[in-house]
Amino acid sequence: MLDKLTQMKKEKKLSAVAFLLMITILLFVVMYSIGMFVFSSKGFAKPQMFMNLFISNAGLIVIGCGMTIVMITGGIDISVGSVTALVCMVAADLMENKGMNGTMALLSALLIGLAFGVVQGYLIAYLNIQPFIVTLAGLFFGRGMTAVVSTQMIAVKNPQFLQWANAKFNLPFGYTNKNGAFIPAYIYPTVIVALIVVVIISVMLRRSNFGRELYAIGGNQQSALMMGLNVRKVKMLAYVLDGLLAGLGGFLFFLNSCAGFVEQAKGLEMDAISAAVIGGTLLSGGVGTVVGTLFGVLIKGTIGSLITTQGTLSSWWVRIVLSALLCFFIVLQAIIAGVGGKKLKN
Amino acid sequence: MNTKTGLDWKKLAHSRFLMPIVCLLLVLLVNVIQTPNFFAISINNGVLYGYLIDIINRASELVILAVGMTLVTAASGGQDISVGAVMAVAAGICCQILSGGAVSTNQLMAPMFIAILAALAASALCGAFNGFLVSVLGIQPMVATLILFTAGRGIAQLVTKGQITYVRVDSYKVMGGYIDACLIPTPVFIAIGVVIVVNLILKKTALGLYIESVGINGSASRMVGLNSTRIKFLAYVILGLLSGVAGVVASSRIYSADANNIGLNLEMDAILAVALGGNSLGGGKFNLMGSVIGAYTIQALTTTLYAMKVSADQLPVYKAIVVIIIVVLQSPTFQKKVRTIRHGKAVAVNAG
Amino acid sequence: MPESDNKQRQVHRMSDGLLLSMRGINKTFPGVRALSNVDFSLRGGEIHALMGENGAGKSTLIKVLTGVYGLESGEIRMDSIGHPIVNRSPQEAQANGISTVYQEVNLCPNLTVAENLFIGRQPKKCGLIDWKTINQKSANILKNLDISAEPKKPLGDCSLAIQQMIAIARAVDMQCRVLILDEPTSSLDDEEVAKLFTLMKKLRDEGVGIIFVTHFLEQVYEVCDRITVLRNGELVGEYEIETLPRVKLVAKMLGKDFDDLADIKSGRQGSEKPAERVIEARGLTHAGTIKPFNLTINKGEVIGLTGLLGSGRSELVRTIYGADRPTGGTLKVKGKAVTITKPLDAMKNGMAYLPEDRKKDGIISDLSVKENIILALQAKRGLFHLMSRKEMDEAADRFIDLLEIKTPDREKPVGSLSGGNQQKVILGRWLLTNPDYLILDEPTRGIDIGTKMEIQKLVLKMADEGKTITFISSEIDEMLRTCSHIAVLRDGKMVGELTGEELTQAYIMQTIAGNHPGKAAVETADEEGGANV
Repeated sequence: MLDKLTQMKKEKKLSAVAFLLMITILLFVVMYSIGMFVFSSKGFAKPQMFMNLFISNAGLIVIGCGMTIVMITGGIDISVGSVTALVCMVAADLMENKGMNGTMALLSALLIGLAFGVVQGYLIAYLNIQPFIVTLAGLFFGRGMTAVVSTQMIAVKNPQFLQWANAKFNLPFGYTNKNGAFIPAYIYPTVIVALIVVVIISVMLRRSNFGRELYAIGGNQQSALMMGLNVRKVKMLAYVLDGLLAGLGGFLFFLNSCAGFVEQAKGLEMDAISAAVIGGTLLSGGVGTVVGTLFGVLIKGTIGSLITTQGTLSSWWVRIVLSALLCFFIVLQAIIAGVGGKKLKN
Repeated sequence: MNTKTGLDWKKLAHSRFLMPIVCLLLVLLVNVIQTPNFFAISINNGVLYGYLIDIINRASELVILAVGMTLVTAASGGQDISVGAVMAVAAGICCQILSGGAVSTNQLMAPMFIAILAALAASALCGAFNGFLVSVLGIQPMVATLILFTAGRGIAQLVTKGQITYVRVDSYKVMGGYIDACLIPTPVFIAIGVVIVVNLILKKTALGLYIESVGINGSASRMVGLNSTRIKFLAYVILGLLSGVAGVVASSRIYSADANNIGLNLEMDAILAVALGGNSLGGGKFNLMGSVIGAYTIQALTTTLYAMKVSADQLPVYKAIVVIIIVVLQSPTFQKKVRTIRHGKAVAVNAG
Repeated sequence: MPESDNKQRQVHRMSDGLLLSMRGINKTFPGVRALSNVDFSLRGGEIHALMGENGAGKSTLIKVLTGVYGLESGEIRMDSIGHPIVNRSPQEAQANGISTVYQEVNLCPNLTVAENLFIGRQPKKCGLIDWKTINQKSANILKNLDISAEPKKPLGDCSLAIQQMIAIARAVDMQCRVLILDEPTSSLDDEEVAKLFTLMKKLRDEGVGIIFVTHFLEQVYEVCDRITVLRNGELVGEYEIETLPRVKLVAKMLGKDFDDLADIKSGRQGSEKPAERVIEARGLTHAGTIKPFNLTINKGEVIGLTGLLGSGRSELVRTIYGADRPTGGTLKVKGKAVTITKPLDAMKNGMAYLPEDRKKDGIISDLSVKENIILALQAKRGLFHLMSRKEMDEAADRFIDLLEIKTPDREKPVGSLSGGNQQKVILGRWLLTNPDYLILDEPTRGIDIGTKMEIQKLVLKMADEGKTITFISSEIDEMLRTCSHIAVLRDGKMVGELTGEELTQAYIMQTIAGNHPGKAAVETADEEGGANV
């Protein structure tokens, strides 16, 4: 299959972008199949296993969409993990200590995300400060603010919220257990929200002016400027949207964890970036899809599931494998860019 | 403040030590107001005690990192955020070798210098990895170092088999503690030693000049015969090595290797120290002693905040704000805006 | 075809039938008068070349026209608009029908061809972008202009030539009436240039006015109807192509009056000493910048390299020096075959290069005068052999005195010095390395007269001391005063080597213009020996 892909690429039937995406999807299918094959006795082959990939990563999927957006413009946002932690902590605090309901918590999440997006977006787009430094400061600010709200963990006991968190949708398929009873697979509403976000963002990127301008800016900012695009405004909006999605994704994350604590979501930004890069988003900007990022998230989830199911490997292996994959894709991108660049010169 | 345009808005700022020293004095002032006995130094149990001593002692790892980070920033115009993780890797390797693989040990299972050598070799290798990605493949420094930022602690965990490895041997505690009857803690000597050695290298070889040249104008440097790839690579290797030194010192303090906590958040502090030292985060001319002063300033800031009952977890908020203020002030766009506003005022005044 | 052709225009036609008219344009920047009372006019349906050497003001004029720079004084009129226009931005210019295609092709390589054609003005269906229509319309546009590209392919996959044509297609579809092409052919091969010219002629026939900014003489004569020459911010003149022979054009660009036969003759005699070859290049080339050339330089000679801007002078020496890695040919230094792939190799073989663009390739602005002066020598010595402080101070002082560099002290950052003094610092840097072969690329450009003379005298002195020098300049009299041989380049190729009797201003200009093709000029890699000087 890989040969056929390579051949198609050579014949220019497949562009470099589609090529990278195909590799990602292939990688996912292969990994998951291996899991199904090797660990079938431990339940890996059950449909619920697949659904769990989405359930545990619904928040990451949404955050990944936001990350993809800013990476398309050639930027990056490493504050999303801290934003998630802050959102969880503030939401938990509002509900447990200040007696607010779930809707207020959701609103607060979106506002927090928005605030981060606006401030970071302004510094990056209008003051031309490097995105990495700005969002690194955001990372530390968010992490610290989480501790300012509370240094102790806050577990959510609000019944209405817990109802939200535990609502299930049964699916029409499942598996039959040893006693002959049919156990349907299920998903949580968070998954539906995540998938809706993916669809909306996907359409936005492909069919709206704003979306296309993101790609133009990432492709060649100077050209975009010359073509009359308002580069600063579009860039800032990218970060605002990214912040909003980080807030929303953080809330989905919160529906999973039902608690707020200082160390939460540590390294989540790495997961989001890895998912985007593995999914075919170029670090240099101008290229990327949320579908690709979705598969990147699924790959990350699969690695986690494989390692957990295997049981004897420490959970740190997930990070290591993910970093290795990230490294591989970064190097791959650099090489392809080098080759492509030389081609352009001639 | 060191700006490439040579435009200083304070006429006094001809000295490149102005900003770091002013910041340090500010922090010390706040401290003195908060804690009246701030400057008190006493001798207890044969060693020096006091807030000041504490600051200087605890800043040692940061000083070592800041020195290396200055070189990396100057040569490549970017920063290395993997330094904390690399510290953990070095600590893990050192302790594992000394404990012979056990979780805890009361005697050295291997000569200390071998363990330390291995730790430094590993950390230098990490630096080489980063250097390769940045200088040969041309990847943005912060993105390239993001890989080890994540993977590093995982690798350290693997090395220590997921547990905190203890080396309860007095001779190992020396590096983080005291040499025999010395009043001054060892890390202070190590930090000063590093600063002296690096300074010597920069001044006795052409490396300092080369790094500045490459950082300021890569194209012209090439015309003059310099190899910017090699120079940038070297800067990262040096930082890797120094991260290893800092990691071993940190580990010696707690006579163990805690992969999760050694060097935690130190990368931010190191970048902050470089910025406070008056160095441009975009590279070029650098001021090593400025970064050193910056490192001590940050440690003083940390101590101040602790004294004000700010919890360790909340500390990052203040540091984030300081970083943002500094990079905004350093931003050419911002400086231009300020200049046009002032110019506008001057014109209005003249016209009025 | 642009839709506007079919519409009846209620327009205000300018009385002299001009499409665009610029009168009395002035533009000043701090310290320099970029444009001084310049006029420019463009007819519909013509290709009009805008030419001039460095600092002539071509790009400033274009930028004033297209709104990148503000209009200071003067008037711009277009025939469809009843009043003088002022373009305050490229978008306004575009709205007035003026489009520009730059050398760097300001499009986005990651987007498809079709998208590049329509970005910023995409047709929509129900609020969402209508890709089908975009692709269809693009296919039509490309077909009409005979551009071979697929709408759905990423732009980056197309060759640079095609990308340029797509940029032109975008401008045409946006109904431009004035199309400005800024150095479009610099990176194209002959075949691609031919395709571009076909497109340009097609547009001209449809009534578009094209301003063709270029320095390629042959191309101007192949495709243009009129020429405007600028020099030092002033208008030299506007000419119909039939009335201006090449030689006269060259003269005008270099600011010489060709009819003035009181010519400057070379002051240098050929040396009677036996020739000791220092540099021997055979078939040396760098793909894309300089065609294979042969060059022999003997010890103590000062060889001049001249030609119009963009003729390949810098590219030639950069290839010898290793700044551009040679892709073919051989090089011998002092009789020994050498491989030079980077500047350090050249330096170790006794070469030195004073670059043309001193800001980009020359000075290290934040480093001190002293550090800039010693840098090359230090690089030669290597990392571990740092020059002592005393040595550095003495070296710096020596050249500050020798070259009379005006600086308060040697520790001042070199960026704070004036252009001329910066140039002297770089010169000092290379003299310190005591090279056998010194390449000076436009050493006197942008420098006051007094310093110019000093440098010329210095060059002669060095030659007498046995140094070998290559001197590149657009100022022919400067070279005649210093050089014993002059190599002439045109359009990326060496076209002649002149000595002795041929070293007159007139002859040189004629060679630049291409009037002496028979002369033992074009030496290709296939010829044995070639014209050794």
